[in-house]
Amino acid sequence: MSSIQLWTSIAVGGSFLVYVIIAWRSRVKETSGFYVADRGIPTVANGAAVAADWMSAASFISMAGLIAFLGSDGSIYLMGWTGGYVLLALLLAPYLRKWGKYTVPEFVGDRYSEGVRIVAAVAAIIVSFTYVAGQMRGGGIVFSRFLELSVSGGVWVAAGVIFLYAVLGGMKGITWTQVAQYTVLIIAYLIPAFAVAQKLTGIPIPQISFGQILAELDALSVEMGLKAYTEAFASRPQIDVFLVTMSLMIGTAGLPHVIIRFYTTKSVRGARYSAFWALLFIALLYTTAPAVGAFTKFNMLSEVQGKAVDALPSWVANWQATQLVSIRPDATVINTVSNNPASGADLILNNDILVLASPEIAGLPAPIVGLVAAGGLAAAMSTAAGLLLVISSSFSHDLFFRLVKRDASDRQRLLAGRVAMAIAVLISVYAGINPPAYVAQVVAFAFGLAASTFFPIIVLGIFWKRTTAAGAAAGMITGLVFTLFYMIWTLGLFGVARHDHIFDISPEGIGTIGAIVNFIVTIVVSKLSRPPADRIVEMVESIRYPAERAAAK
Amino acid sequence: MAEATQTSPPDSGSPPPEKGSSGDNGWRKEYWRRNLRLMVVLLTIWFVVSFVCGILLIEPLNEIVIFGFPLGLWFAQQGSIYTFVILILVYAKLMDRLDDEYGVSERDEEGRRV
Repeated sequence: MSSIQLWTSIAVGGSFLVYVIIAWRSRVKETSGFYVADRGIPTVANGAAVAADWMSAASFISMAGLIAFLGSDGSIYLMGWTGGYVLLALLLAPYLRKWGKYTVPEFVGDRYSEGVRIVAAVAAIIVSFTYVAGQMRGGGIVFSRFLELSVSGGVWVAAGVIFLYAVLGGMKGITWTQVAQYTVLIIAYLIPAFAVAQKLTGIPIPQISFGQILAELDALSVEMGLKAYTEAFASRPQIDVFLVTMSLMIGTAGLPHVIIRFYTTKSVRGARYSAFWALLFIALLYTTAPAVGAFTKFNMLSEVQGKAVDALPSWVANWQATQLVSIRPDATVINTVSNNPASGADLILNNDILVLASPEIAGLPAPIVGLVAAGGLAAAMSTAAGLLLVISSSFSHDLFFRLVKRDASDRQRLLAGRVAMAIAVLISVYAGINPPAYVAQVVAFAFGLAASTFFPIIVLGIFWKRTTAAGAAAGMITGLVFTLFYMIWTLGLFGVARHDHIFDISPEGIGTIGAIVNFIVTIVVSKLSRPPADRIVEMVESIRYPAERAAAK
Repeated sequence: MAEATQTSPPDSGSPPPEKGSSGDNGWRKEYWRRNLRLMVVLLTIWFVVSFVCGILLIEPLNEIVIFGFPLGLWFAQQGSIYTFVILILVYAKLMDRLDDEYGVSERDEEGRRV
């Protein structure tokens, strides 16, 4: 392992050095630089930054493995986490950019009322914190696996670097660092994928070639006690696949840390093209992920099938040490494989190992393994930084200066943003070292809540002038309560007994229904309340056109 | 934003632009309607490739196998994502054209796009 450790140290240390240099060069002196990078980020760079912001440790490390074991139903993540960008580009990004403020709650406050703004700011902070805890944890795990640091030591190192560029440079520092981080993570993801595709099929483009092994993979999976990869609705009923996909899509379009990225472009047009570049960059990884999952699963299964326990390939022993791989104690020959520790299969594989071990399984050299570690860290840190900015801006810009100190100077505002950022980093370090009990459920919470609170009222606020503050407040609160209640009811959280899914709808899919409830309540209450003031109607009218009409000639 | 002196749009349908905001609501409505129509068309495609081909009709489509991929699975894990990327590009390009036609594109002092 020592050469792998050496190369990992070089890759991780080198990439950190780049981030620190960028941080120093993009430090800011004004609030607008801190929150929206002076609205001067070029379109392609902004697209790369959005992509890095979006793709978390979970996308990089866990998704391919998750899809490999979910098979066809893994599409919920692939479509759900990309399709939302179409909604963003067509329904939200250009209009919010034209509105041109700093935060999402700020739009809500201007369009509706200060009360709605405070609800939105609190919701934005909760959603972002639930998300950031998982990122810090992901970063810590990469450190501990590849560099034999403790998880908490790893969390502190990752947080220290984020602290440096987020506090110094705010959105500007974060954006330019994310451009570098995207580069690191996509190279780290694609190189092993192309190598494995070339090795197994002779065609180096995984998106095209993984079809070639699907029939064999299906047969092999069934022989070893797993579901066929191509079988639809093997792990979720059809209605639930539909609702979860929709919920992830509208949740994506409603997440504050994604929406604010479109405030940093130079123009409305820039916001539209940023969405295009962002999704293109995201699609590079997301179309590769099912191929990585299928190839690596195929490799792993065929290498262990029917082998005696003492004749297994070397990666099994290497990864047993990390407890990502385990062999049933009384097994002598490997006949069955599972990702579920409770299944009683001969060999248990953790989802995460598929990406982390794929270079090793494909026989790629140590520098590539180091690159994968740096890529995982880049994914975790870029997402964490973007979330921390939302927390900082919601707290200082939407809450503190609205409720406590309204007449602050620009310098005070900048300082408050930095202090809020520093506090948020510390809290997230704590959350990363002591993660909440249900990390996976908590992320489902974030999407469901974003889908059922923000998305409907922002879309209606832009497209329907008649939407009123009372309508939005009622819709947001009903959507929130409804969704939260169903999640607690079916997951059995906070001491509530666990109940069966109603109509096969899982807690991950309930956000769709919550959003529909929100839409209906907002429309009905708006119709019943007094129409919004002329000033607001004019504002909605003005954001529909990118610029004033050119003077007649 | 860029208040530009832009070359007059070669548009046939829109009424001649009037200064001031009260009398020129016709073009505003028309611009918005065309924007909405484009949006509805693109969102229909978005729905069809993902929810219809990738979920509702995945099982019958899986009977067709192309280059090793059952077609339904291909839509769900590859095709829908490619389509999403193309949809946003088409939207951005067509909106550029629409903005120019109605003279509401963002221009700097020299009339260049910003």
